[in-house]
Amino acid sequence: MSRIYPVTMPKWGLSMQEGKVNRWLAKVGDSLEAGSTVVEVESDKIAGVIEASSGGVLRRRVAKEDDVLPVGALLALISDVEVAESEIDAFLAEFQSRFVPGTAERSEMTAGPETVTIKGRKITYLRRGDRGDVVLLIHGFAGDKNSWLFNHEVLAEANMVYALDLPGHGQSDKTIDDPSLNGFAQRILGFAEALNIGQLHLVGHSFGGAVSLSTALLEPDRVKSVTLISSLALGKEIDAAYVRGLARTNSRKELKALAARLFADEGLVTRQLVEDLLRFKRLDGVQAALESILSEFLDGDQQRLVLREKIAGLGKPIRVIWGEKDHIIPASHASLPGADVHILPNAGHMAHMEAANEVNRLLRF
Amino acid sequence: MSRKISFKQAVNEAIAQETGRDETVIVMGEDNVGGMGSDGERDAWGGVLGVTKGLYGKFGDRVMDTPISESAFIGAAIGAAACGLRPVVELMFVDFMGVCFDQIFNQAAKFRYMFGGKAVTPVVVRTMIGAGFRAAAQHSQCLYSLFTHIPGLKCVVPSSPYDAKGLLIQSIRDNDPVIFFEHKLLYGLESEVPEESYAIPLGEANIVREGDDVTIVAIARMVHVAQQAAEDLASEGIQVEIIDPRTTSPLDEDTILESVTNTGRLVIVDESHPRCNVATDIAALVAQKAFGDLKAPVEIVSGPHVPVPFSDALEDLYIPSSEKVKYATKEVLEYAK
Repeated sequence: MSRIYPVTMPKWGLSMQEGKVNRWLAKVGDSLEAGSTVVEVESDKIAGVIEASSGGVLRRRVAKEDDVLPVGALLALISDVEVAESEIDAFLAEFQSRFVPGTAERSEMTAGPETVTIKGRKITYLRRGDRGDVVLLIHGFAGDKNSWLFNHEVLAEANMVYALDLPGHGQSDKTIDDPSLNGFAQRILGFAEALNIGQLHLVGHSFGGAVSLSTALLEPDRVKSVTLISSLALGKEIDAAYVRGLARTNSRKELKALAARLFADEGLVTRQLVEDLLRFKRLDGVQAALESILSEFLDGDQQRLVLREKIAGLGKPIRVIWGEKDHIIPASHASLPGADVHILPNAGHMAHMEAANEVNRLLRF
Repeated sequence: MSRKISFKQAVNEAIAQETGRDETVIVMGEDNVGGMGSDGERDAWGGVLGVTKGLYGKFGDRVMDTPISESAFIGAAIGAAACGLRPVVELMFVDFMGVCFDQIFNQAAKFRYMFGGKAVTPVVVRTMIGAGFRAAAQHSQCLYSLFTHIPGLKCVVPSSPYDAKGLLIQSIRDNDPVIFFEHKLLYGLESEVPEESYAIPLGEANIVREGDDVTIVAIARMVHVAQQAAEDLASEGIQVEIIDPRTTSPLDEDTILESVTNTGRLVIVDESHPRCNVATDIAALVAQKAFGDLKAPVEIVSGPHVPVPFSDALEDLYIPSSEKVKYATKEVLEYAK
């Protein structure tokens, strides 16, 4: 039985309980390699592509397009070519007889966010996985820990992975005592200290990339590697109108238009994604928090801080990942001497969402 | 993930957070504390259905019982607002509002205009609306249309716990008189609500569901009736867009018009009496400003022009149902010019 690989409905983020089968990307009989695309699935927040975890032949498409199925439900079966039809049928029957919708809800995948208080301010975080090196995921400007929904669980298979809400963001306190990059770096180190984390790998997206770099520069001994995804602080250019709009508007229409600029494929922006952003922006203190960060990293229509020179002397492994169609920060900023650079052709600024499978493959520690 | 709380808890939390944040906020109403002679928290009723329960224990004298004299205490709240406080006053059932129309229609609503913009009246009048409670003709009406008619008042009609909290916080912070309508059948409804304070602007509709075939504008509890209809229709391949205006005054005309421009078809579900209600107002808006986009006449789903019946069977028939919404939706879809 071990040569039959079930493809099941994933769980992207805490709130996902079911997903819709959008379209099949492989036919029965297709030979697949590990990483071949199999099916596109959509949660109420976002659509994503599921890839084969192992190579083999697609033997059954169990789900139909437009089916809405619970997390963990069987979508397809892949097997080695020599597995008999009768074995496939037996596997299918057994899986279906044992599958209880909602059981994923009882696993450790659903443990909720926790909080830690650092210098009187609450920081909220989500932990997944319990082995290997510690990895900390740091979201971007006006984002939160849930922006890693396609990555967190996957990375946790090999590592102990934390995603936090930066000060002023998500469910963390909205008061930012020091909105400078150094202030954020201090908070990251305080977080590591509070949770007894020794050395760690930092993965930062956009503003979170700049925070990761600042943290590594502040205390290099604590940081094992830095991964920068579409990061701030690697060049002067930035879509300043976008970040200013994101900080200031509370209009659904304007936010929807802004959110569309985050992706190469605008169709990925769902009603729920915009609604979540609106709900964050309405919280007391968020406006002031975002404005204070903005005034630190923006200088007119350009980025104020470029850390390129300083990184050279860091002496740590640096990985740079960028969506080629990034409309916010140009992908040309990715070229960093000595770094492991990856440009992903079909992704925009949210490469870790839009090209989640590719990014997950690159994130090895 | 946020925790889930009920509509009733969301209203209570909004008042508690604003009362805690701003010392000019006071809370008034019948049996808010526990009635004459009670010693406060232990006996507190928290209003007729317990929405303000616990506030007296937290804020003491800033939470007040009033006599059963609506014209007096609504007038007192409006006067206090004109003098610098931010009263949140509860008037049990909107049906009783008639005895204080002068205070609301002629005083609170007019101060800003008649004193050259120099006077503000930051009062919130909370009141219950809606049929389905087996409470007969004098405790079941949805009279928000009456108040929407009056310039100078803001009218809020929340449909979910999340909206109730954010809209009430904004209403308390607003410098104009706000009538805040709470549908009594929604009090037990639960949804995710952040523990932190947040404000939802007055005059911004919520797009509850996106679809390209038909626009349904629904108000207060009718949003849920429309959602049920939309789910059923989706299984037949009909994609409905549901718009919840959240406030009937100011009204987010743009969101409604944009949706109708896209779908060309409109159904409005409004539980208030059918003549001169919010549905007829929105129908007129669309007829005036989006006539060229309409592919079918506008359908309105409201009750018949009679008082809400006391008979259970008749009351159930009176209230717009998802079946009636589905029927109206199919009417506009199947209309042939």
